[in-house]
Amino acid sequence: MSGRDDLPTELRQTPLHFRHLSLGARMVPFAGYDMPVQYEKGIIDEHLWTRARAGLFDISHMGPAALKADDGRHETVARALEALVPADITGLKRGQQRYTQLLNENGGIVDDLMVTRPLSSEEDGTLLLVLNASRKDIDGVHIKRYLASHVRFKPLSDLALIALQGPEAAHVLKSVWPHAAELKFMHAVRGEIGGYPCHICRSGYTGEDGFEISVEAQNAAGLWDTLMKFEAVRPCGLGARDSLRLEAGLCLYGHELDEQTSPIEAGLVWSIQKGRRHTAGFPGAERILREVSEGPPRIRVGIMPAGRAPARDGTAILSNDGNEIGIITSGGYSPSLKRPVAMGYVDPSHSGPGTPVKLIVRGSSLDASIVPLPFVPHAYFRG
Amino acid sequence: MLKYTEEHEWLKIEGDVATVGITPYATVQLGDLVFIELPKVGSKLKKGAPAAVVESVKVASDVFAPLDGDVVEVNKHVVSDPTVVTNDPLGGGWLYKIKLANVADIGTLLDAAAYAERTG
Repeated sequence: MSGRDDLPTELRQTPLHFRHLSLGARMVPFAGYDMPVQYEKGIIDEHLWTRARAGLFDISHMGPAALKADDGRHETVARALEALVPADITGLKRGQQRYTQLLNENGGIVDDLMVTRPLSSEEDGTLLLVLNASRKDIDGVHIKRYLASHVRFKPLSDLALIALQGPEAAHVLKSVWPHAAELKFMHAVRGEIGGYPCHICRSGYTGEDGFEISVEAQNAAGLWDTLMKFEAVRPCGLGARDSLRLEAGLCLYGHELDEQTSPIEAGLVWSIQKGRRHTAGFPGAERILREVSEGPPRIRVGIMPAGRAPARDGTAILSNDGNEIGIITSGGYSPSLKRPVAMGYVDPSHSGPGTPVKLIVRGSSLDASIVPLPFVPHAYFRG
Repeated sequence: MLKYTEEHEWLKIEGDVATVGITPYATVQLGDLVFIELPKVGSKLKKGAPAAVVESVKVASDVFAPLDGDVVEVNKHVVSDPTVVTNDPLGGGWLYKIKLANVADIGTLLDAAAYAERTG
């Protein structure tokens, strides 16, 4: 057997670390944190439970942060962030959330993130960000370097983040927070759950309806216990989080996204609102707008191996006549479809759904085809 | 008589034929298995070279040949249903059998006590 990780010496722990240990989680190093990859029932069980009922995820390794304008005006902080990302931030309404990407000068992706404008007018001039665990330190340096002087960036490292995901998430949350049913997809509000002050967003990383909840670290275990009391809720680790997002066709930084890849190549053009495509004014706009009009040199696609062997990250993709046309960036097993699935980048001339391709797995050429994403339809709450 | 390797394989030796599987410790570390690739009957295995592949939801792991030998039989059941290995690693979840090139090489393997010590 190979593939065992040696534990680095200095792993950070989330405020829920003890909960994971007492639930019998198998802990692995991830982005510098000691994190649960799965609990006792295993990844497939946790994955299917989230698709059928409600999964509870500790995502406190991620990087919540705030941007604050000195003058307390939304337009000031929004313009400052728009200098770094291609989304329309100025047009965010109070309580609205948007997905976007921090870009470098070449239009490559430094990180992808969620941006929320708080609901209360008293918080005007503030934007709440959630950055990737593996990128939050790099992001901090990048943001401070390019941020206007009258806007401050502050990591909110005293917050824990918990995701409740699945078709029963809203029903469960409603029992402890009456407003759960009303909150719209990609919207956020402050509220109290089980007596703990929280910031609640209706969004997630599984393709299901669900919520991402931030809470003070000292209250994280209390909030976790409040939600774990429900029969419909089971804890889920990073393993299920990864297989769920892969089925949902969602990008993972370091796999589908990196500093060379543009949002257009990654199929994220929908996250660049029309107004910003006209006015540009974001890093790498020249490349990105050119790719919008002329098409990118490679494009993210879904890939379905014909057989049962999973094709992993790094697998070469060949055309049927044997030319290398791309590479797999995420590949594994889909518990919902009970077969292997993958995402990767190919030459646009081979990106049409149904295109037959070959995958080179351990020296053998395996049949596969290009398929539309997502693999499992999204079930977001559209109100 | 079961013997073990540092790489978490077990061997049941009968004469000059060894049945090879992965240990319960390994199956717990791997989690749910979703795909297994076994060597071809008749192929020659060299100690330490990849002989089989077991894949979980997240990761593919090589199973290395514990000793030199020729593959004489493979367990087709685990190919069609990899969960057999997870549920019964020491029984129905065996992977393949090899005819050992040098029976004396079994002296290089770990006994149960030595293996238990390594896996805590």
